[in-house]
Amino acid sequence: MPVPNNNAAFARKGSNVQKVPGAKSTKAATKKKDEEEAVETGTGWEEWSQGKALVRPPDQMELTEAELKEENTRILTANNPHAPQNIVRYSFKERSYKPINIVDQMAVHFVLEGSLVHQDSEEARKLGVLALERPTHSVPLSVNPAVDGGDVEEAGDEDRPDSAASRINKKEPKVTNQFNFSDRASQTLNNPMRDRICQTEPPPRSSFSATANQWEIYDAYVQELQKQEKNKEKQKGTHSHKDNGKSKKVMPMETQSEDVTKWTMASKILERTISQNTFDDIAQDFKYFEDASDEFREQEGTLLPLWKFQYDKAKTLSVTALCWNNKYQDLFAVGLGSYDFSRQGCGMLLFYSLKNPAFPEYIYPTSSGVMCLDIHVQYFHLVAVGFYNGCVAVYSLKEEGREPVYKSTAKTGKHTDPVWQVHWQSDDMDSNHNFYSVSSDGRVVSWTLVKNELVFTDIIRLTLTGAVSEGPKGAQAPSIASGTSFDFHKQIDYMFLVGTEEGKIHKCSKTYSSQFLETYDAHSMAVDTVKWNYFHPKVFVSCSSDWTVKIWDHTINTPMFVFDLQAAVGDVAWSPYSSTVFAAVTTDGTVHVFDLNVNKYEAICQQLVVDKKKTKLTHVEFNPIHPVIIVGDDRGYVTSFKLSPNLRKKPKAKKGHELPKGPEVEVAKMEKLLSLLREPDQNSG
Amino acid sequence: MFLVEQGEEVEAQMKRIEATKGVIGTLVVDPDGVPIRSTLDQSMTLQYAGQLRQLVILARSAVRDIDPQNDLSALRVRSKSNEIIVVTENNYLVIGIQKLPEPDVSMSRETGSPLGIEYPGWLQKEGSDGY
Repeated sequence: MPVPNNNAAFARKGSNVQKVPGAKSTKAATKKKDEEEAVETGTGWEEWSQGKALVRPPDQMELTEAELKEENTRILTANNPHAPQNIVRYSFKERSYKPINIVDQMAVHFVLEGSLVHQDSEEARKLGVLALERPTHSVPLSVNPAVDGGDVEEAGDEDRPDSAASRINKKEPKVTNQFNFSDRASQTLNNPMRDRICQTEPPPRSSFSATANQWEIYDAYVQELQKQEKNKEKQKGTHSHKDNGKSKKVMPMETQSEDVTKWTMASKILERTISQNTFDDIAQDFKYFEDASDEFREQEGTLLPLWKFQYDKAKTLSVTALCWNNKYQDLFAVGLGSYDFSRQGCGMLLFYSLKNPAFPEYIYPTSSGVMCLDIHVQYFHLVAVGFYNGCVAVYSLKEEGREPVYKSTAKTGKHTDPVWQVHWQSDDMDSNHNFYSVSSDGRVVSWTLVKNELVFTDIIRLTLTGAVSEGPKGAQAPSIASGTSFDFHKQIDYMFLVGTEEGKIHKCSKTYSSQFLETYDAHSMAVDTVKWNYFHPKVFVSCSSDWTVKIWDHTINTPMFVFDLQAAVGDVAWSPYSSTVFAAVTTDGTVHVFDLNVNKYEAICQQLVVDKKKTKLTHVEFNPIHPVIIVGDDRGYVTSFKLSPNLRKKPKAKKGHELPKGPEVEVAKMEKLLSLLREPDQNSG
Repeated sequence: MFLVEQGEEVEAQMKRIEATKGVIGTLVVDPDGVPIRSTLDQSMTLQYAGQLRQLVILARSAVRDIDPQNDLSALRVRSKSNEIIVVTENNYLVIGIQKLPEPDVSMSRETGSPLGIEYPGWLQKEGSDGY
């Protein structure tokens, strides 16, 4: 429209220095002209009305007549109007921008690359196969319809033999792309795509997770091993089938009681753990408490009460025997019966463990009261028991039942009076176990366990005056003494002591059945206990209801030491750790502990442990390793005590000497004491 | 015959444990995690069974990871007020919950009696007379 031209107001004249463009830019030229020359716009309407002859486009530039007449020369040059005219480059030499005059004027309009190769050129030489193979391979044309190289028509004939050649003759170097082919593609009509979907049911999935621990790996290997072994067994024979048949019969029986028996051990452990918690303070005392006040007490010691063992059903019975188990040193056996002649009923054999004071580990009810028991030193499951009715029996703790493994009967030579003591001996030559028993009927009998039977052998018959061989005429009416206790020498196997109801102690030998080696007039009443010293080979102790405890050297007829304890002494026991310490219990409920090394005349500990009037103490035993003694009373209770340090004294070392250890020391200790006594004897006697 | 006897013995043992003073409850869990015997009420039983079973699995894994030939035998968890004792056998869990006895603080050394142990009435401790 005519209006916008009014705005152009600048005048540029004489701008023909500008090079006139070539053929292409004719339109550009006119536009530039318009820009250069000023436009004085007159009244466009007048010119429009005048211009009937000329058809003016409405947006043509308005020019004055003078201007219209102006001639403009156009020069046609070969210069590139697009080439830049004012290139300036920085020159480092002169440190300034310098214009570059010569500018490349070439403008490329069209490029078309051809595929003709001059035959003498290098490229043709490279494609030299062409020249050589042309005449010979015209035949396999039909064989090879596929032309590699695409759509080049001119070199068609030449190509095919070449390609054939390249395939057949692998000797020639294979030229992969000989033809510099060019693709000419054309797009065909694309069929519309349609999706067709088909969905199947997904396969069932389950997630699996596992851990791989050290033990899982180990278990897997073990299972593998078992599988392999089973395979081997199957291969070996069909014998396994028979066994399986039998085992199947056994199975249904088990399932009923399966539930409970599966966790027998567990419940046992639980019981013990709970009792450990309940009696925690006692357990701590047992292990760690040492009576500190002993330091202030010089020689005296005390007994610290620990656990108390009782069993409901044993309340009416009195403890008649105690024995520690050598291997399981927390296990001890309690024999229960009655000393009262009139009150004879059933008895019991109980085993307690220090770990579970609430309840016995094993319970064996017996028909007659148990009077004595002994646990075998090596075979810890064998227990020999003597009864009030004169029977002896052997129980095995390994067996499940409540019955003894062996029992003597009237036929097999049981005693006619209560058996007061039993003692295991070493196995005989056929390695059968055997034990000895002594009874009020005056016999010392040896019992041997032969297969399933108890075979007895009379060892000795105790008589009042002395052992008398049975004369056929019976001229001397052998009045039978009643044996109440015996003990075998620790080292000399055949020697043993027998205490009698008359108060005499006989030293006998297993081999001499008719004679005693020696007789000691020990007590005025029945000898309740005789015990050899653990260390010193010559010393033994005896106690009796005549209130005395006497210590003897078996070579001397009179006692070395005599202690009067103010009440009938029920039992005496040597300590396993010292040759000079022993304990005695009396019917007034007191425990007396003596240490001859410390005090030769009096007990270093006298402690009332039970209610004075009601209960009598009947037995005492030292634990083989722990500083604990157990005391039985006539109420069926067993109480355990810990010995305070004063009671466990070992001889002090002299300065500079090492503390000697071992039984020799103990022997020497005793020997010292005895020698002191012997000298006055020798002097006097 | 022996199995029946054993079964009775175990029953008697469990009853003794349950009757012990200080025991809050006992329970037995079979290998599948089902409590087969309990002296506690249902909800507590299930809680104990579930929680302790997981704990036992963890403990067992720990023990066996270190030495695969070893196996867990017992687990004791002591808390401020109680002690939970778990004994495992054949994958059964025998669990006992016991109330801890009150700790005795008194310590009298003069008389030589140990940490406040309570002597039964019939026991009188006399020092050696007249010495």
